[in-house]
Amino acid sequence: MSWETVIGLETHVQLSTKTKLFSRASTAFGASPNSNVNLIDCGLPGVLPSVNKEAFYKAIRFGMAIGAHINQTSIFDRKNYFYADLPKGYQITQMELPIVLGGSIEIPTENSPKKINITRAHLEEDAGKSIHDEFDGFSAIDLNRAGTPLLEIVSEPEISSAKEAVAYMKAMHQLVTYLDVSDGNMAQGSLRCDANVSIRKIGDSELGTRTEIKNINSFKFIEKAINFEIKRQIKVLESGEKVTQETRLYDSAKDETRPMRSKEFANDYRYFPEPDLLPVVISNEEMQKIKDEFPELPTEKETRYQNEYGLSSYDAQIIASSKSMADFFESSLTGVKNYSLLANWLIGEISAYLNKELIEIHESKLSSENIAMLINRIDDQTISGKIGKSIFEEMCLNGSSPDQIIESKGLRQITDDDSIEKVVDEVIENNSEQVQGFKSGKEKLFGFFVGQVMKKTQGKANPQTVNKILKEKLAK
Amino acid sequence: MSIQFKSITELNELLDNKAISASELNQESIQLAKKYSELNCFVTLNEENAKKKSAAIKRNQKNPSLLSGIPLAQKDLFCTEGLRTTCSSKILSNFIPPYTATAVEKLEGAGSITIGKTNMDEFAMGSSNETSFFGSVHNPWKKGFVPGGSSGGSAAAVAAGIVPAATGTDTGGSIRQPAAHCGITGLKPTYGRISRWGMIAFASSLDQAGPLARNAEDCAILLNSMSGYDSKDTTSLNSEVPNFLENINQSLKGKKIGIIKEFDLSDLDTEVQERFEESKNAYENLGAEFIEVSLPNISASVPTYYSIAPAECSSNLSRFDGVRFGYRAENTVDLNELYIKSRSEGFGDEVKRRILIGTYALSAGYYDAYYKKAQQVRRLIKNDFDYVFKSVDLLMTPTSPSTAFKFESKGTQNPVELYLEDLFTISANLAGLPAISIPHGQVNSLPVGLQLIGNFLREDLLLNAAHVFQKNSDFHHAKPNLEDFK
Repeated sequence: MSWETVIGLETHVQLSTKTKLFSRASTAFGASPNSNVNLIDCGLPGVLPSVNKEAFYKAIRFGMAIGAHINQTSIFDRKNYFYADLPKGYQITQMELPIVLGGSIEIPTENSPKKINITRAHLEEDAGKSIHDEFDGFSAIDLNRAGTPLLEIVSEPEISSAKEAVAYMKAMHQLVTYLDVSDGNMAQGSLRCDANVSIRKIGDSELGTRTEIKNINSFKFIEKAINFEIKRQIKVLESGEKVTQETRLYDSAKDETRPMRSKEFANDYRYFPEPDLLPVVISNEEMQKIKDEFPELPTEKETRYQNEYGLSSYDAQIIASSKSMADFFESSLTGVKNYSLLANWLIGEISAYLNKELIEIHESKLSSENIAMLINRIDDQTISGKIGKSIFEEMCLNGSSPDQIIESKGLRQITDDDSIEKVVDEVIENNSEQVQGFKSGKEKLFGFFVGQVMKKTQGKANPQTVNKILKEKLAK
Repeated sequence: MSIQFKSITELNELLDNKAISASELNQESIQLAKKYSELNCFVTLNEENAKKKSAAIKRNQKNPSLLSGIPLAQKDLFCTEGLRTTCSSKILSNFIPPYTATAVEKLEGAGSITIGKTNMDEFAMGSSNETSFFGSVHNPWKKGFVPGGSSGGSAAAVAAGIVPAATGTDTGGSIRQPAAHCGITGLKPTYGRISRWGMIAFASSLDQAGPLARNAEDCAILLNSMSGYDSKDTTSLNSEVPNFLENINQSLKGKKIGIIKEFDLSDLDTEVQERFEESKNAYENLGAEFIEVSLPNISASVPTYYSIAPAECSSNLSRFDGVRFGYRAENTVDLNELYIKSRSEGFGDEVKRRILIGTYALSAGYYDAYYKKAQQVRRLIKNDFDYVFKSVDLLMTPTSPSTAFKFESKGTQNPVELYLEDLFTISANLAGLPAISIPHGQVNSLPVGLQLIGNFLREDLLLNAAHVFQKNSDFHHAKPNLEDFK
């Protein structure tokens, strides 16, 4: 029997505002427990929320980028449930009138790009964190995250495979980082999703019973969790049983999903409009300002890189696809003449290094000034590309400047003809046997002579000059 | 010289003439609180702090703040930094807030001294002050009778002359009804006039702080300090705050006062009706005209209120879970049990009843029929008021259907009986309008209150109308005989 998969994703994006959604406590990650918490965040009696407009601006920017309708008047609602890390006993969210309605995101698929429609995106506050296993017999609560602004983006159930789900999340990651809506750091939970997965017989018009996999926070896990769940549901249905509508958790260690709590026992959240907050109204002036300050998106950058810097469409696309790469490219441009060389290095050496270390460029010791200097030294032939690579390795290790390394190690390239000619003469004189061989037709020996010259100059001789002079001398 | 029963204006004279120092004044106020401890007005006295603060008061002789050195009492749901704030509930019986409510901060900023925190119905839920974890408050006019609620402690402390004024909050009548039962003046301002920051919420969209005092003039003095926009409460109003004393003496000539047709007073005690007719005459003599007006939806006020207020309370009170502050049950095995035990042991019956009603009104399948419907009716009631205020300046009703009643005589079998205490007061909360209660005589030796309701932000006119009435009458000068409480 043939099955098809229907997936809808609820993506939680942590907005990169400096302060929380309803308090002025910091949102910085990694602070010691309960240090980024004020009276409002711990839900003391008598406190009241007040809205951080910056979160709205970011949500609107996202909405504009996906071509959505923006509700310039939106309201907050309370979602009531008890949990120890939910200080007020309710979460302030948007139910009836979310800030973003509709819109779509395009994802690449094997054949052609596919449009995934977005149902809505709404603002809400995050909960704190419960820590269960570090305190004998007790649970601990860290409220640093409580009140952090989230944008929950709900897709239509239009995703048909785990691969597409990953492509969707990658597109989402690119978009939110590009828009400076979020830092997109999945390891820190800034971007995570719940996947609603169901299967049905191909051709059926009704949706099958779905399960919801909660809180998946890496591209790899999204693919694995969904694929596991699809297989599990097929097995259930093919054995004649029914899929239970439930919430499941993905256990990456065992590579399986497990039921979390059954929807039948799920809370009745008793939503109602938050009486402590007036409707939030965004003026036309504010909308215009957001439009005026709209950041450049990847496709726009791609075109501009080709037109302004003469990059190939391939290079332009690769660099523009990542916000951090594009930012680095642009900040390195000043003073660089050879843009293609810079692009080659970014896509080649630098990307390879970052991938190996699993870090983002801003987390490395590389500065755009130093990379620009390195590119210029190769371009103006102070050093060869090969020496450039060894300098780059050192830059990665200690962040020192290429000029410093060149000076301290005497790596400046020898370019004057006289010095190189002297070395070439020595090599020819000391290797008469090979010279004979070359002249009698063993042209492969040319590489041997280049190697000898390079060895004597510790690799500093300009390869083109060496080639030229060797050719002249050996032809005599 | 005794400071008991003196108004703020009178105390200012004593302070200015150096007949008494701020320190002596507050000392005496605290002594009175102790002397009449049997009234049970206070949950916590702020003795040491009040002593220190009043000793440090330096009155500016040229332009003294009218509150400089004046002792005040705060209802025990205003958070006060370092001073226990209980909401008269077991669940907060050990809660010491790390911050102070804006309303109190402003009053203290004007030089007043907080001498203590007053008893109230638990979480302001009640109309008799009988739901307090710390026991009932006696009405200073008659032992064993309720002072009204929920700001019963504040009203009784003012009526007994312990403090010249106190703060209260009014969600459905909680300032006006106890003011009426205790024979003092109480003002519920326009919703949003005073910041709710630091005021422990009962029903967020209805709660409003306000003053209780010996007369309208003193209410104006407190309101002048308490009012104003607060960035910490985004529902507070960003409108200009007038000097409420400025036009307080204006003539009432030509002012139109509406009598609400839908409130049938003929069911009330005949003496309550008589007092009402007498006050009508008094206002006519002061130049006002009376017009009968219709508010067709006002009869739905009580059921509307009892859908919305419990719904909001059920959510507002979720934070009292034993996790971060307040009472926590002991020996619980897991989180669920911690919640259930802490809340079951920490809340009293009336609070539990309202949490249940509210939870029901918000639950799936009932939300549309109760909460949403109630909000729609609320809008209609508000529209009715908007309409009648096109043709009248004020509305006049009795504050309460009856006088103060005996402990445990109302609502013990049927809570709705007690809910009807708020019949005349609730609609002003639903519409967000300001309203005042002033004493206007007695029935069976117990005070009776007269309510005036004003248009949006027209506290000035309410205070004007109340003050002119008080200039021409002596009801607000009546003092209870406190022999039974010594």
